[in-house]
Amino acid sequence: MRTDTIAAIATGLTDSGIGIVRISGTDAFDVIRKIFVKKNGAAADVNRSHTVQYGFICENGEKIDEVLVMVMKGPHSYTGEDTVEIDCHGGVLMMRRILEVVLANGARAAEPGEFTKRAFLNGRIDLSQAEAVIDVINAKNNYALKNSMKQLSGKESDKIRGLREKILYEIAYIESALDDPEHISLDGYREQLEITLNEAIGQVKMLIDSADYGRIVSEGIRTVIVGKPNAGKSSLMNMLLGEERAIVTEIAGTTRDTLEEQVRFGDISLRIVDTAGIRDTEDIVEKIGVGRAKDAASDADLIIYVIDSSVPLDENDYEIMDLIQGRKAIILLNKSDLPAVADISPAAVSEKLAGKKIITISAKEETGFDELKETIQEMFCRGNIHFNDEVLITNLRHKEALQEALSSLEMVMDSIRNGLPEDFFSIDLTDAYERLGSIIGEAVEDDVVNEIFSRFCTGK
Amino acid sequence: MAVLEEYYDIVVVGAGHAGCEAALACARLGLETIMFTVSVDSIALMPCNPNIGGSSKGHLVRELDAIGGEMGKNIDKTFIQSRMLNESKGPAVHSLRAQADKQDYSRQMRKTLENTDHLTIRQAEVSEIVTEETDPDGGRCLREGAGISEADLISGKIADGSARESGLIRRKYRIRGVKTVSGAIYHAKAVVLATGTYLKARCIFGDVSNYTGPNGLQAANHLTDSLKAHGIEMYRFKTGTPARVDRRSLDFSKMEEQPGDEYIQPFSFSTDPESVQKKQVSCWLTYTNEKTHEIIRQNLDRSPLFSGEIEGTGPRYCPSIEDKVVKFPDKERHQIFVEPEGFYTNEMYLSGMSSSLPEDVQHAMYKTVPGLEHVKIVRNAYAIEYDCINSLQLRPSLEFKTIEGLFSGGQFNGSSGYEEAAVQGFMAGVNAAMKVLGREPYVLDRSQAYIGVLIDDLVTKENHEPYRMMTSRAEYRLLLRQDNADLRLRSIGHEIGLVSDEEYEKTCEKERQIEEEIHRLERTSVGVSPQVQEFLMRHESTPLKSGITLAELVRRPELDYIMLTELDDNRPNLAKDVIEQVNINIKYEGYIRRQKQQVEQFKKLEKKRLDIDFDYRQIKGLRLEAAQKLNLYKPVSIGQASRISGVSPADISVLLVYFEKYGGSENGRSSVE
Repeated sequence: MRTDTIAAIATGLTDSGIGIVRISGTDAFDVIRKIFVKKNGAAADVNRSHTVQYGFICENGEKIDEVLVMVMKGPHSYTGEDTVEIDCHGGVLMMRRILEVVLANGARAAEPGEFTKRAFLNGRIDLSQAEAVIDVINAKNNYALKNSMKQLSGKESDKIRGLREKILYEIAYIESALDDPEHISLDGYREQLEITLNEAIGQVKMLIDSADYGRIVSEGIRTVIVGKPNAGKSSLMNMLLGEERAIVTEIAGTTRDTLEEQVRFGDISLRIVDTAGIRDTEDIVEKIGVGRAKDAASDADLIIYVIDSSVPLDENDYEIMDLIQGRKAIILLNKSDLPAVADISPAAVSEKLAGKKIITISAKEETGFDELKETIQEMFCRGNIHFNDEVLITNLRHKEALQEALSSLEMVMDSIRNGLPEDFFSIDLTDAYERLGSIIGEAVEDDVVNEIFSRFCTGK
Repeated sequence: MAVLEEYYDIVVVGAGHAGCEAALACARLGLETIMFTVSVDSIALMPCNPNIGGSSKGHLVRELDAIGGEMGKNIDKTFIQSRMLNESKGPAVHSLRAQADKQDYSRQMRKTLENTDHLTIRQAEVSEIVTEETDPDGGRCLREGAGISEADLISGKIADGSARESGLIRRKYRIRGVKTVSGAIYHAKAVVLATGTYLKARCIFGDVSNYTGPNGLQAANHLTDSLKAHGIEMYRFKTGTPARVDRRSLDFSKMEEQPGDEYIQPFSFSTDPESVQKKQVSCWLTYTNEKTHEIIRQNLDRSPLFSGEIEGTGPRYCPSIEDKVVKFPDKERHQIFVEPEGFYTNEMYLSGMSSSLPEDVQHAMYKTVPGLEHVKIVRNAYAIEYDCINSLQLRPSLEFKTIEGLFSGGQFNGSSGYEEAAVQGFMAGVNAAMKVLGREPYVLDRSQAYIGVLIDDLVTKENHEPYRMMTSRAEYRLLLRQDNADLRLRSIGHEIGLVSDEEYEKTCEKERQIEEEIHRLERTSVGVSPQVQEFLMRHESTPLKSGITLAELVRRPELDYIMLTELDDNRPNLAKDVIEQVNINIKYEGYIRRQKQQVEQFKKLEKKRLDIDFDYRQIKGLRLEAAQKLNLYKPVSIGQASRISGVSPADISVLLVYFEKYGGSENGRSSVE
C-alpha cells in the first residue's frame, strides 16, 4: 500500500548529544538518497536493510551535519513502512535544520502521534495497546493544538486571517462566475488577480522569513515572574524597566493585575508579565490574580522565580517549585541585603531545583541585575531556550504550511502566465486557503459557498 | 369495508423528474412498478425555469445519461435552443444547457413511461406509508442501557427529538407499501418517495396564499403526518418562480438577442449529434433599473418574505428580485433573461425576476423594464412553501436509516432543481430495485461523479436551504468533466443493467482509442526541421532546440491536438469525442495526475466501513462532541465521518485505531472500484 511519507524528530527536544530524525513511508528511501552522501561521495545504499551508513546531510552541495543513517525496509521497522533514521548531532537547532531539509525533499511533517498510529495500523504494536495509542494521539494532538496558536503573534494571525479573506474572495469570485457565467464576467479579471496575488505572495514570503523565529523574536520572550507575595517581584520588574510601574508595597498581595511590559537588552526582548503572588488565598480579587498568574506561567517561555531569602520556604514555594519543574526558569534569591534564612542558600535551593540557574540579587540595592541579564542573554543566544517543548516543531509546521501556500499561489501565477483557464486558478487558490487555515486552526467547511452568496448576486 | 388492494414490487410516489427516473429504472430492471401522481397531466412537469442543464447541472444530466437515466434523451428530443456555457474556460466547467419546449418535454416523458413494460401509472394521492416495526427489543435494550424507561418516553419526559439526537432510540421499521387517500392499499417490497414540492404545499404572493402545489395543482396534505409518526424529521423549505408573460406584449427591439450555439451538442451519449442540428429559438436579455428597484423598495412591507408570512427557508442562489434589491443595494441593475416556454405557446419566462410581491406591484415593477413597458402577465410570480425531510436521515443509498425499504429522492430530500431531482430519483430507484433483487446498493462517491458529491453532501452535511449543485462543491472536478461522463459511468450503468451491451461496448472502444492515441503521441517525436520551426513561429510558439514529442507540443498552452495535424503524418482518423479526450488528457495531464493522487488518498478512508448501528460513546478517548455528532449522523464510512462538521482529524485517528482493533470491514462495497 502506498503511503505518504512523514518525518519528525524522534528524540526529545533537548540538547542531548545525539538526536534522531525519523522518516517513514513509501518515499523514505528516495528522500534519504537526495539529501545524504557517504564519505566517498556515494548516495545512501537503500538496498541493504538494517545497516548503518556514515556520511553527511547536504543541502545544495553544502554539508550540514555529519551523521549516521540507518535504513530499514518495511515491514521490519517501527512503523512497518520503509523507514530511515538519521542520527545527527543533538542540538535542537541542528535537528530542526535537518528535519527542514527532509521536509523540503518529499516528506511532510508527521501529525501528532502519527508514527505510533502507523505502527499500530501496520500491526507493529500489540492490539491490546489500542487504548494507549488512542491516548497518545489525543494527548499529542491537544498539545499541538494548544501550541499552534500560542506560537503565533497576534500580528501574524491577523495577517493570515487577512490573507485568507482576500484569497477566499477571489475563489468565490471565480466560482460564482463559473456557476453563473451569464451574470458574472471574468473579463479583465486576470490582471486584477495578478495584482492581488503579488501582494499575497509578498506577505506570505514575509511570514516565512519570520517563521523561523516565530513569536519569540517578533514579540519577545514571554517571561513570567513568579514568587510568593512580597518576595520582590514588582521591585524586580521595576528594576528591569527602570521606572516605577507596579505598585510596590510591604503588604502581601498588592499586585493585583498582571501587567505587561517590554524590556530590551541587546538583541533580546523580554515581554514581562508581572504576577500576583502565587499562594492559596480566600480573597476573591486576589484569587483571580493568582489564577491568571498560574495561567500566564503555563504559557511562558521563561519563568523567573523570585524567592525572598529572608523568610523560610513554605508550601507556597513548593507549589511554585512544582510549577516550574521541567520549565525554563531562573531562580532569583532576593533581598540579599537582609540576613538569609538558613535553608535558602544557593546550595540548598539548587538541591531542590536541580539544573536551574540560581542568582543572588537585591532588588532594593539593585545588585545582581547584570548577572541576570547575562544569564538570559546567554540562554537565548546559545539557542538554549527551547521555550516549551515542541515550539520549534510548531514553528516548523507553520513554515511548512506557509511554504505550501506560497507554492500554490505561485502556481496560480504560472497558470495566469500560461494562459490557463480561470477554473484552474481557483483549484490552487483553494489549496493556499486551506494551508493558511491549518496554521490558525480553521477548516474550510462551506466557506466558499457562503462567500459566493454573501458577495455576489447570482441566480435566476 | 372492502378496499382495493394491489401487489407490486416497487411503489414510486410522485411523477416529477425524480419520480420518472425512479419508476423507469425499476421497471426497466424488470420489477413490477407503480407510479403515483396527483395528476397524470403533470408528469415531468417543469413548473419553474424552461431549461435543463447549466453550470454543474449539465454535468448531472450527462452523468445520469451515462449511467442509464432518461433526462438527457428526453431533452434531446424536446429542446428548442442549446448552448455550451463557459466555453472560454477550462473543460471541467464547460456545461451544456438547453431550453425546453415544456409541454413537449412533459409529453415525451409521459410517452416513454407509458410504453415501458412493468410500469403502471396511477392518479391518486398517497396519504400513508405502511410499515411493520422491526427489532423492537433492540431499541428497548438501548433505552434501558441509557436508563430511560418506556414510561419516560411515553409520558414525554424525554423528548423524542433529544433522545433521537443522542442516538438512544431508533425505532426501526420495514416498509410494506402505501395507502392512498381513498383507503386503497398497495403492497410493495420497496417504496420511493419523490413528492417534490407538493407536501403541504402553499403558494404565496402578496397577502394571497393558496394551499396548492405548483401551477395550482392539488397539494398532498397527508403524507407528512404519516412520516412524522414514524419519527421522520421534517423541514419546511421555500422557493419561488417569476411571472410568465405574453410574447406579443414584449418589445424585443429593446433587448439583446441570445441565440443558441451554431453547432449543437446533444446531452445524451446515445443521441446522434447530426440528429439534433435543428432550427433554434432565441432568448432575450434586458435589465432592471433604479425605477424598478424604487418600486420594490416602496412595497417591501407588502412582501410576505419580509413580513414573516413566509416561514420556509429559501435558497440563497435563487433569490427573488426583492431579495436581490435589499441584499445588493449598490447594484444599479439586474439581468433579466426572457426565455420562451416552448413552440406551442406565447408564454415567456422572466428569468431573474422571481417574486412574491402582490399582483399590482408585480405589474408595476415588470413594466419599468425596457421591452416590458406594455407587458401582459399570463401567470404571476409566486413563492411556494413545502415540506421536505432532513436528509441526514438517509443512507448514501438514499434509503431511510430507520425504515428499511423506504427510499427517497428529489426536492423531498431538500434539494432544488430538475436535474438534482432526476439524479436522486434515479439512484433511489436503482437502489430500491437492488433491495428487491437482493443485490448490493450502488453508491457513487465524490471522486466518481457530481451525483456522488450531491448525494454525499445531502446525507452528510447540515442543509438549511434547498440544495443546488455547484461546481465549487466538487473537489475533483478536473476528473468529473461533462465530456467524460460516459468513460466514468457507463460501466456502472451496464453493471446495474440499465446500459445495453451495445452502448457499453461503444464506450469501451472509445476508451481504447483514446489510450492508443495518447500513447502514440507520447512516443512520436518531431525533429528540428524547417517545417516544424516555421509552424511554431506561425503559432507564436518557441522554436525547438532539439527533438520533442507531439504530446509535449500539445501541452504547450498556445497549441492543441487539432493544430498539430500538419506535423503529424501518421494521424489516425478519429471521432470528435475521442480527439477531445486525447487533447484534454494530454494538455492538463499534470493537474489531472495531481487530482488522481488526491482521489487515491480519499478512497482509503471511504473503504473503511462503519456499522450504522454503532454507539460511539463506547469509544474511550473520543471527544464527547465527536461522539454525539457521530451518533446523530451514523456515517457509513470513516471517510463520511471525516466530512461531518465537528469531527476532527484526531477523532478520525481515534476511529481508525479503534476499529482496527475491534473490527470494521475493509471491503464494504461502494459500487465499482
